[in-house]
Amino acid sequence: MTDVLAPPAGPARTRRPSGGPFRLSTASGIGLGIGLVWFSILVLLPLAAVVGAAAAGGWSAFAGTLTDPQTFAALRLTVVEAVLVTVVNAVIGTVVAWVLVRDDFVGKRLLDVVIDIPFALPTIVAGLVLLSLYGPDSPVGFNIVNTRTGIFLALLFVTLPFVVRTVQPVLLEIEVEAEEAAASLGASRFTTFRRVILPSLVPAITAGSSLGFARAISEFGSLVLISGNTPYRTEVASLKILKFLEGDNQAGAAAVAVLLLLVAVVVIVGLDILSRRVARRG
Amino acid sequence: MAEVKEIRQHKSAVTYLLRFFVIGYLFVLVVWPLSEVVQRTFAPVEPDAAGGFGAFLERLQDPSVTYAFGLTITCAFWAVLINTVFGLGISLLLVRYDFPGRRILSVLIDLPMSVSPVVVGLALVLAYSSGSGWFGEGLESVGIFIIGSTPGMVMATAFVSLPLVIREIIPVLEEIGTDSELAASSLGANAWQTFRRITLPSIKWALAYGVVLSLARSLGEFGAVKIVSPGAEFRGETATLLIQNRYTNYDESSAYAAAFVLVLAAVLALVVVTFIRRPEDRT
Repeated sequence: MTDVLAPPAGPARTRRPSGGPFRLSTASGIGLGIGLVWFSILVLLPLAAVVGAAAAGGWSAFAGTLTDPQTFAALRLTVVEAVLVTVVNAVIGTVVAWVLVRDDFVGKRLLDVVIDIPFALPTIVAGLVLLSLYGPDSPVGFNIVNTRTGIFLALLFVTLPFVVRTVQPVLLEIEVEAEEAAASLGASRFTTFRRVILPSLVPAITAGSSLGFARAISEFGSLVLISGNTPYRTEVASLKILKFLEGDNQAGAAAVAVLLLLVAVVVIVGLDILSRRVARRG
Repeated sequence: MAEVKEIRQHKSAVTYLLRFFVIGYLFVLVVWPLSEVVQRTFAPVEPDAAGGFGAFLERLQDPSVTYAFGLTITCAFWAVLINTVFGLGISLLLVRYDFPGRRILSVLIDLPMSVSPVVVGLALVLAYSSGSGWFGEGLESVGIFIIGSTPGMVMATAFVSLPLVIREIIPVLEEIGTDSELAASSLGANAWQTFRRITLPSIKWALAYGVVLSLARSLGEFGAVKIVSPGAEFRGETATLLIQNRYTNYDESSAYAAAFVLVLAAVLALVVVTFIRRPEDRT
């Protein structure tokens, strides 16, 4: 997260005793106005329309949609899958980051590029990529279409980089001295990792995991081809929204969308607070 | 230093175990499936589909496919252009100026990346569709249709890639500070001259990085566009929508051909980004 409230670097600060950035001039004020109008047209008003549509029928309609057995099953599946994927990523992502930073072998640079591929690929292509190996006519005889394993695999694929890319830079900066001290005091390598390294990685793992969780909850493109969209079995929240919308039930779509929106906002605000805390401590 | 090296390079069985686990995991999850896509692009599994590079090119030259890629490029171009101009302006304002609500704005700016693409599409429909949107009727009366036409698809694309430029520029702007800018303006440079001669050169790599990321994201946008587009052949079908439509209509070979092009674009973007990042790291 970018921390825009950080004070400007030293000399600039002494020159302007007030310390804060400039006051708005007329020109920059107009610029800000135009920027805010565009941001409202593109982002804020449409998102407000979602909340409005969800609230239009009142609380009972909202709660009724979400507690409808089929919708509830979709929401539960989405959360369960996202939690599973997040736990797996927290562990494996840390291991991958560890290997990329501490180990050294031929082809490591290539592996580093491979990590970014799931981010770079369009989501629909990500789904197709997985289907080419694990779909119908699979050369390994393993068909994930319309299974919960398929959803799990797709989410694992698209969230791969989050934990790796947040843990990697922190691991690079950790001083080896503390590890050495621990080792010289007789700590085993595992104890050193658990007591010395892991605590300093926790904020990064948390940040990466929350981003991955938010992504998993809201994932759509890579699941379209893989999840068979069968009610109660393989239907997830984002596909449920699409189904509501296609059935012309905009209030239903908006109700589920508000939940997803809420998760996104909580994660963003949480990460903002977390990054401020870490910045203050460091 | 020797001891440090020893710790770093001490290879136990665990080191090898972790290394092979990671290589195996990434191979099974990413590399192998990706190679299978290449395989199927040039040697389709469908019994009546021709293989080879010529057949691949032929599939791409189908008018509906060229239309889809043309539309994708149009949407991506406008979305990236809008996001670059908006991103530059907002980043400068957020870093250099003080105004009420600045922190809230800086948090809100990140929101579009975390919102589900489906929610993005739904939001635009609920705001601007001529049937049921908040502003739909008003816009319809002046002859503007956003949902189901290219402007809506550009908006959907711009929405999902909005923060990418801003995220790259802001840290650099904070790092360079205001010294040179203040010096330039005290020497009589106007705001535009200061921006063009002082600010722009120092953020150009970050800007290029953000533009490449936005472009890659825009070319591949699927969910949000799917909801605001009519999505039919020659009518709002972008490359990503074409992949879905062809795959579900048992025309796998065209789906793989189009997907392969997008994979190439993504890999190209990754390569460009690595080259852009290097000069930045050196300074």
